[in-house]
Amino acid sequence: MTRIRFHQELDELKHRILAMAGMAEQAVDLAVQAYSQRDLALCERVLTNEPGINRAEREVDEFAIDLLAMQQPMAVDLRFILAVIKINADLERVGDQAVNIAQRVMHMAGMPAFELPVDIPAMASRVRAMVRDALRSFIEGDTELAKRVLEADDEIDRINHEAFAALSACMQAKPDCAVQALDALSIARNLERVADHATNIAEDVIFWVRGADVRHGAGQTIAGS
Amino acid sequence: MATAVEVSDLKAWFGRTEALHGINMAVEQAHATAVIGPSGCGKSTFIRCLNRMHETNPDARAEGEVKVGNWDIYDMPAVDVRRKVGMVFQKPNPFPSMSIYDNVAAGLKLNGTRNHKTLDDVVERSLQQSALWDEVKDVLKKKSGASLSGGQQQRLCIARALAVNPEVLLMDEPCSALDPISTAKIEDLIFELKQRLTIVIVTHNMQQASRVAEFTGFFLMGNLVEFDRTEKIFTNPSDKRTEDYITGRFG
Repeated sequence: MTRIRFHQELDELKHRILAMAGMAEQAVDLAVQAYSQRDLALCERVLTNEPGINRAEREVDEFAIDLLAMQQPMAVDLRFILAVIKINADLERVGDQAVNIAQRVMHMAGMPAFELPVDIPAMASRVRAMVRDALRSFIEGDTELAKRVLEADDEIDRINHEAFAALSACMQAKPDCAVQALDALSIARNLERVADHATNIAEDVIFWVRGADVRHGAGQTIAGS
Repeated sequence: MATAVEVSDLKAWFGRTEALHGINMAVEQAHATAVIGPSGCGKSTFIRCLNRMHETNPDARAEGEVKVGNWDIYDMPAVDVRRKVGMVFQKPNPFPSMSIYDNVAAGLKLNGTRNHKTLDDVVERSLQQSALWDEVKDVLKKKSGASLSGGQQQRLCIARALAVNPEVLLMDEPCSALDPISTAKIEDLIFELKQRLTIVIVTHNMQQASRVAEFTGFFLMGNLVEFDRTEKIFTNPSDKRTEDYITGRFG
């Protein structure tokens, strides 16, 4: 083994992105919990933690760019660093979606409770599983698990469409629940976007490990082969 | 794309030691092909077989087929081979006592060209092609090759190789003794030359290979482990040994 320092720095980059991933994952967990319990204190925690995620994003990017500039990585190392840069951006957006959910919960907390025709906790549970699997596929370099994440995204899209239909019907039938229904609709949309970011992460894992670009349904190996 | 050099089952020996174990490679015409690999892997031996320089070593021999166009280079006089396949070495080696002009004209004179106008034209064209003309045009016959800087000497050697109008130019680590500016000039030159000439370059500098070559071959212990488009080799090589080498996990 040569280039020992470089490989130590790659390990350090992996540790940093995983710490960032932990913060983003926790933000979603807290936001969903805040919805279930209508807990404003949890909402506040999501908002308070967000600048830390933004700071971590900048630090990971700086570290990755330094490695690109100073070490001229090749092949699997180059793909790893590029994947980390993209995953980093997705994780930051996951943090933003958690903030959006928390803000909707704060809005809903000030209004009468309605029985809405959407199971947000069930949807959130599936989305959190996708995020968890995407991150596990990254930690273990497991492309089979990453592929299962891609497949799971279709189910989330279906749930989101159903939520849209059910909540639209609810708003037409009971106009006085329209504001709460709109909040729930936004939360479902935020969760669907979190699932999209998990999908992006899984695609980046496949790119890193196999050198294959599977975005937008493509199955191309990079460099045209 | 057409093949400029077709190498088939090429083996090379130093005495009883087999240095190349049956290399097959099709070098594309009017492109640059880089040859990379650790020290002692056979990459310099390989390109020295492409113009029969290998056999100038005592006890060295080669077997197999190397075709340049339709010509089997092991079935024609070595001096004719070297007219078709020029070579530039790691360390610039101008003839030190000759003027810049005579350095470039040496090959042509050796081949019997005596006409001054022809020699003048070829010297100017070759120095233009090697991007040295503007720097030396006023001192062509006044200054010796050895009086130039290292980078200029290397471009002079390239001009000398170009003067006999080769089809293929072999470069054995042509920038390893040069500073970054001179290296950049040689790389720019490779880019220009490969529009009409086939280039095979041995380099230890992987960034250089990725900058100048469309194709790259990775050699290891006398074998060609992988040969593919350069972007494939440096982003997603097929063989684990290639990946280990280019990512520094080798050994």
